[in-house]
Amino acid sequence: MIENIKREELLISQLADLLINDKHVAVGAASPIPGAAALLAKEEAKFKNKRLRVTILHSNKYNNFTDGARELFDCAAQGRIDTFFLGGVQIDGQANINLVGTGEYPKLKKRFPGSFGSALMYFVVPQIILFREEHSPRTLVNKVDFISAPGISDDNVYRPGGPKYLLTNRALFKFNKKYKKFSLLNLNHNETIESIVDLTGFKFDIDENISEMNKPDNKRIDILRNQIAPMVAEFYPEFTKKIWNI
Amino acid sequence: MNSFDELSIKEIVNEVPDGCLLGVPADYSGVPMQFTKELIKKGIRNLKLYCLPLTSIQGDMLIGSGCVAEIEAAAVTLGEFGLAPRFSQAIEENSLVIKDSTCPALHAQLQATEKSVPFMPLRGVLGSDIHKYRKDWQVIQNPMNSSGIKDEPILLLPAVQLDVFVFHAACADRNGNIQIGRRRELATLAHASKKVFVTVEKILDEDFFENELLAASCLPALYIDGIAIAKNGAWPCALPGVYSADNKEMKNYSLAAKTKNGFDDYMKRSLSI
Repeated sequence: MIENIKREELLISQLADLLINDKHVAVGAASPIPGAAALLAKEEAKFKNKRLRVTILHSNKYNNFTDGARELFDCAAQGRIDTFFLGGVQIDGQANINLVGTGEYPKLKKRFPGSFGSALMYFVVPQIILFREEHSPRTLVNKVDFISAPGISDDNVYRPGGPKYLLTNRALFKFNKKYKKFSLLNLNHNETIESIVDLTGFKFDIDENISEMNKPDNKRIDILRNQIAPMVAEFYPEFTKKIWNI
Repeated sequence: MNSFDELSIKEIVNEVPDGCLLGVPADYSGVPMQFTKELIKKGIRNLKLYCLPLTSIQGDMLIGSGCVAEIEAAAVTLGEFGLAPRFSQAIEENSLVIKDSTCPALHAQLQATEKSVPFMPLRGVLGSDIHKYRKDWQVIQNPMNSSGIKDEPILLLPAVQLDVFVFHAACADRNGNIQIGRRRELATLAHASKKVFVTVEKILDEDFFENELLAASCLPALYIDGIAIAKNGAWPCALPGVYSADNKEMKNYSLAAKTKNGFDDYMKRSLSI
């Protein structure tokens, strides 16, 4: 086992594990960790003689679109994207996400950038992975202050897609559509069910197969640091400078 | 010999009246920064910004300089350099009206104008607070029964026509055709705007339509009302395929703009160059 695995590398590795069945993964704005995870999964798919297509919106090189910024949304609506990542200033127990701000809308206490394309992507991409590094009662809340995109919809709303997982720097949850609730699936080392309950603002179930989160092996860390990091530097230079000093 | 009269940036600025609806390109799409600074120098007021689908330093500078009354966008952000500080403060102080939207809706509203139809349907969005606060959006029952879903509600978005759209591009040819590469959202913005002005790095003495590849990646002159040369005109933003963003300057801005005074000092220096 390699020592000194960085927190970000652990998260990249954990996200990459969720992409093994995909044919096309897309990555949106402000997402260096999901971007690195997608490129890592693509590289590792080659060992299994599989091909994974990765589209990174904020890259010129790893962006497969030629029809303008709308093509991501058209492509997703056509069902051509298997996995997409969304974040949130707040995420609640029904998987509603808030990318707009905290306080009472529109005069917010703290304003964040905005909803981006979440209000469509959340409905049409089959596997949405919610990713929010900070795991605390202020990020994982009982009810979001603003719904950028709802976690669940009425039966008569067209919705082939939706939330599947929520990964934080402490735990991985799976979203159960039937019960409209998250269940705790994996714990990072140093975490317990009790510590997660304490730091989560919403109620959740405990999965019957709950286990500790996988750690990357030497081979994976080697690929990540030597092959993936320079690729990520093209589109997230500040991030790669901070994590890998390149 | 060019088949059009080259304008100065000041002449383009004079075509942008107070209170107009101005199209704003995303940070990856040819941001007209030199033009934006001239616009701020002129002291323009009450602009309504329509961002496709987001804005970064361009929108934040205009907001911080008191030029903007209203903004319609899916996000305002400095990307890797954090929140857009002048925008966030303006919202927190209630001095800016925002029509919060989502990327595909901003595209669809312009696509409706491209086709000259009154509205465009869009999937998703229902049940969000974005929808709740948009009184200009309507929901109908899908009249086509095509989805196989009984009583399927679907969102309708109004066509939006911009008054003016200005962007920066790598080059124009002698006939005023503009190279936009794969940034086709610039074409969508242009098609949906009453007036379109472009700043370019250079004007080439050639005809893009003599080459199939160059013809396919250009915005035809028929949509363009004026062209000015602006060397390094997107700085500190990137110009795709020509130069990258000046990350050092973006960082300087993000730090300076954290406070009103810091922003004012930055702008004083920036506008006097």
